[in-house]
Amino acid sequence: MNTTIMLFLVQDGITNGAIYALLGLALVLVFAVTRVILIPQGEFVTYGALTYASLAAGQMPGTAKLALALGIGAFAFDLFVARKALHGRLILRSVLANVVLPAIVLALTIYFAAQKPPVAICIALSLVIVAMIGLYLYRIAFQPLAHTSVLVLLIASVGVHLALQGLGLLFFGAEGQRGPAVLSGAFTAGALRFTGQSITVYAITVAFIVGLWLFFGLTLYGKALRATAVNRLGARLAGIRTTLSGQIAFLLASVIGALSGIMIVPITTLYYDSGFLIGLKGFVAAIIGGLVSYPLTAVAALVVGIVEAFSSFYASNYKEVIVFMLLIPVLLLRSLAAPAVEEEKD
Amino acid sequence: MQSRLPILIFALVMAAIPFVPGMPPFWIVLLDNIGLAALVAMGLVLLTGVGGLTSFGQAAFVGFGAYTTAVLSTAYGLSPWLTLPLSLLVSGSLAVLLGLITVRLSGHYLPLGTLAWGLGLFYLFSKLEFLGRNDGISAIPPLSVGTFKMLSPGSIYYAIWVAVILSAVLTMNLLDSRTGRAIRALRRGHVAAEAFGVHTPRAKLLVFIHAAVLAGLSGWLYAHLQRAVNPTPFGAQAGIEYLFIAVVGGAGYVWGGVLGAAIVVVLKEVLQSYLPLILPGSGQVETIVFGIMLVALLQLAPGGVWPWLMSFLPERTGGRKPDTSLKLESRARASGQSGILLQVDKARKQFGGLVAVNNVSFEVQAREIVALIGPNGAGKSTTFNLITGVLSATSGSISVLGNKVDKAPPQEIVKLGISRTFQHVKLVPDMTVLENVAIGAHLRGHSGPIASMLRLDRADEARLLAEAARQIERVGLADQMHQLAGSLSLGQQRIVEIARALCVDPMLLLLDEPAAGLRHMEKQRLATLLRELRDGGMSVLLVEHDMGFVMNLADRIVVLDFGTKIAEGTPATIKTNPEVIKAYLGVAA
Repeated sequence: MNTTIMLFLVQDGITNGAIYALLGLALVLVFAVTRVILIPQGEFVTYGALTYASLAAGQMPGTAKLALALGIGAFAFDLFVARKALHGRLILRSVLANVVLPAIVLALTIYFAAQKPPVAICIALSLVIVAMIGLYLYRIAFQPLAHTSVLVLLIASVGVHLALQGLGLLFFGAEGQRGPAVLSGAFTAGALRFTGQSITVYAITVAFIVGLWLFFGLTLYGKALRATAVNRLGARLAGIRTTLSGQIAFLLASVIGALSGIMIVPITTLYYDSGFLIGLKGFVAAIIGGLVSYPLTAVAALVVGIVEAFSSFYASNYKEVIVFMLLIPVLLLRSLAAPAVEEEKD
Repeated sequence: MQSRLPILIFALVMAAIPFVPGMPPFWIVLLDNIGLAALVAMGLVLLTGVGGLTSFGQAAFVGFGAYTTAVLSTAYGLSPWLTLPLSLLVSGSLAVLLGLITVRLSGHYLPLGTLAWGLGLFYLFSKLEFLGRNDGISAIPPLSVGTFKMLSPGSIYYAIWVAVILSAVLTMNLLDSRTGRAIRALRRGHVAAEAFGVHTPRAKLLVFIHAAVLAGLSGWLYAHLQRAVNPTPFGAQAGIEYLFIAVVGGAGYVWGGVLGAAIVVVLKEVLQSYLPLILPGSGQVETIVFGIMLVALLQLAPGGVWPWLMSFLPERTGGRKPDTSLKLESRARASGQSGILLQVDKARKQFGGLVAVNNVSFEVQAREIVALIGPNGAGKSTTFNLITGVLSATSGSISVLGNKVDKAPPQEIVKLGISRTFQHVKLVPDMTVLENVAIGAHLRGHSGPIASMLRLDRADEARLLAEAARQIERVGLADQMHQLAGSLSLGQQRIVEIARALCVDPMLLLLDEPAAGLRHMEKQRLATLLRELRDGGMSVLLVEHDMGFVMNLADRIVVLDFGTKIAEGTPATIKTNPEVIKAYLGVAA
């Protein structure tokens, strides 16, 4: 192979790897805080991407309606839980966050969709819509199960994934879509050509990793989230509202997912069910990172991306086999180095 | 012992179903599918619900079973009955291979690891030339007996359900045995099980193989029912689906797997055939509704449907008391037990910069009660863990009857006749007191998993349970024998731990804070019991904070403070030792 091809593959791998890194980070975040293995992460990606692409094409995305429907559902759950002690402020807050907000966003979406809005508005709307979906999903599907085992949460997560994927087909159809580039233009450095899009991917990934690092290290909310991750009961005793931690985690995860989707949809055609596989590769990175370490997850994601790029060049038939089998040696290493700690489950 | 009557009735009902006049053939197809899914789910019940090992990869084992018979019966023309053992063998041996890698993974790596190789294998199925790539293999011969070919779903129905009921019975037999107790103890962590000689990685591998073989059986039946295989039903989605079949049914219950299969298969079928009538429209409306119903079901019954149904049945009265006249052979002992049983020589344990145990030396003689005391954080429990092999010492040595055992794992230490209890009670809460205590006698039984499944272990089992019952009576908990361990008070649970330790037939008993949580009378009974044990020839080393209890009971006391031994002697000398008083009360004014 010559150096140009190799550099090209590495570049391709890094671009994909950056996306996997973001998704891996989101998975680690959600798992640490809520113990949910977030299979629907892939749907956040496709929802973000396809909402963006639909808006840019001047079509009305069904996700905005879904956000309102889920919001009403979340409001109903709030009312049901608080039925013994209903008071005005609580209802008002819940109505504002769960009903009025998505209704406004829906109205804006309908308004803008009719007139092919500029890229920035498409991005903003897509992010807000998917963020709300993530938030309300947590309220409806996971918050009532917060006390159960990891296994039950996982199965619930599968259920949500199935429902969202089905809805994805309903909203966006079976056809794949592409969106406009976030940043057009390109420049060349030596043999390599850098597109504005790939630069955007790198920049946003780095910004997010630094942002998360600052968020967890410096802010009170970040520390509350870390406390919830380490010890739920202890965090509650210290006055941290663990449901709030869960909401923040889901909010971040859905924003990260949607953003990843928006970044890749100009590069690759995405289908309603593409998210699952993309999410899984983020997963592979997260596992290699041990589901706890952010920097390790980021590095692992780059490795996954590069391995994927090379194997699709040399053995495209076995691309997925190679990526998923990459885990086995990592797991072997982890097994050998596994400390003999006692796990207290349930 | 579970009654066999309900199973017999169930088998008869299943056998009669095809003869019901007017039974739509389509229902038989559904029942076939339920049976196939139930086999896999049953394996997952054992693996995930009972053993605590979550696997997403079961669909891959179904694939191994199906592809083995598909290749061998089409390309090589082997009879399907010949390929049955081969299918099971392939699934089983690949389970050994994958299991060796994955079952050692702790916590959440395991499910993710299984998901990873499940996906990898799926892509492999769809890319390999000799497996027909994405098209798979077709024209697989049907099962046949003589000239009778099982071509219709109605004829293979019996093969499937015989397999289901047989597997269920074998699986339940396995759970209700010496090996089964070891498996059931896995979910609560490995330290307690290993302290009684259970080889936990081996037990995990065993359930892994069991689940894989059941999946392989399902795959073999599937291949001969469909008469064609392709990669789709063996992918990650299917692997996840098997798992939620088990969870929806009730992951801890063998029949939960069958019920879960019935619920999921029927639900999907109903949604697929009736939903388009109500909600006409494109696409996957049934997937959406299915996903939503799954979440709703979990919110209503997080433990699964089977235990929820069972809670409506009248509670079963306690089990039968084992026949305590059966004697269990004593453990082989080294001759002439006298002199020094246990010698701890300059034992040291460092955790990074923290020296938890600092060159501690002491010994325990035969027929002696030694107490290890000291303020919190003095290193008492760490010393226990060093002696029992849970931790290995940084330096120094520990000898039992003159033989060094520094590097021996817990399973070897217990073989020497050293058994222990834990500061934080480690019982299996959803097992009865009797079953928990019987784990203590694990090494004194001999029956393996195959014998247990075939019920050839009953004589061995009866002796183990008799010994357990005797020890429970000895510690005074005979009335609680058939209660679940989790329902006892903390003090009683500590006593159950002592009974379990006694089941080892030990020469040295290590008790970590046995009197904590006991009432005054209970403490006195415990002291009497320990004295009796000593007079019977056993030695006791105990960690305890209750000074009244220790001073009246111990022959000798070793005092630790910040990991260092500061005093040793009889209770009378320890009481007046200035170092000890300083450690407990601070500097004397």
